Amino acid sequence: MSEAVSIDAIDRAIIDSLQGGFPLCERPYAEVAEPLGISEDQLLERLQAMLDARVLTRFGPMFQVERMGGAFVLAAMRVPEADWQRVLEVVNAFPQVAHNYRRESDRNCDFNMWFVLATETADGIAAAVRSIEEASGLPVFSFPKLQEYFVEMKLAVRA
Amino acid sequence: MSGAPARSVDAIDRRLILATQSGLPLVARPYQQLAEQVGIAPQEVMERLARMLDSGVIRRIGAVPNHYAIGYTANGMSVWDVPDERIDELGARIGALDFVTHCYHRPRKLPEWPYSLFAMVHGGSRAEVQAKVAEIAALLGADCRAYDVLFSTRILKKTGLRIAG
Repeated sequence: MSEAVSIDAIDRAIIDSLQGGFPLCERPYAEVAEPLGISEDQLLERLQAMLDARVLTRFGPMFQVERMGGAFVLAAMRVPEADWQRVLEVVNAFPQVAHNYRRESDRNCDFNMWFVLATETADGIAAAVRSIEEASGLPVFSFPKLQEYFVEMKLAVRA
Repeated sequence: MSGAPARSVDAIDRRLILATQSGLPLVARPYQQLAEQVGIAPQEVMERLARMLDSGVIRRIGAVPNHYAIGYTANGMSVWDVPDERIDELGARIGALDFVTHCYHRPRKLPEWPYSLFAMVHGGSRAEVQAKVAEIAALLGADCRAYDVLFSTRILKKTGLRIAG
């Protein structure tokens, strides 16, 4: 697994202060920088550095595709080890695959590839599932959310 | 699926989404830059973003930390087989736990997949995640018929939503 990258107290404060509520004004970065005691330029440099180092995977608006008529669906496959690389390339080549994680359990659960399909229309999910099944030759199990109980960024930076 | 109604986004919103889906520009006046890209006034960029925030098309504008980089080097997707008639009550209780970041009811896929409640647990180590999962198991008690924890061992792709241009 990748190791935690070293970040300093200012980086941590930046991440914590950028969890939401980014200002909609002419100089938003200046507004965020001020209470942190750094300059607008320093904030921009640090944000760029954290994106380059992959401390941040993204900075910007987080879109909810469901609210635009589209859909997000979690899906999983049981990929034999010997076939892993081929299937990975097939699956990742689909632009509808937004995230893909390898997952393993202590109980040898064989559902080992987990990805999120994001499509602009609800119909697009079923089509993407079919296309991935055809291209990979393996079944795709989709796990649409039936109910969401809680979603909020609750993790404080602890590195 | 969630029952969220589809909100209409018009052609200009769409151009704004395209212009920001890889991120907000890292320049002093990001909305001005977007305005030039999209061909509208900076004030309209801000108004449209505010409207999309209100309607939920945009969940938030912010930073997405790499969990590994901020010290949560282990993340476990805990999955639970609980009785259907109890799932909403149990899901609400587990979702409220401070170490659970996402909690969903999803369909079983019998016979291969018996689990219906998914709770994402983050921690500094696998042992810490296991301890938190044990807390969930204790909370569920006899309502837990079976469970598993799937640890993510590698990020294979992470691009987020990409709409076509």
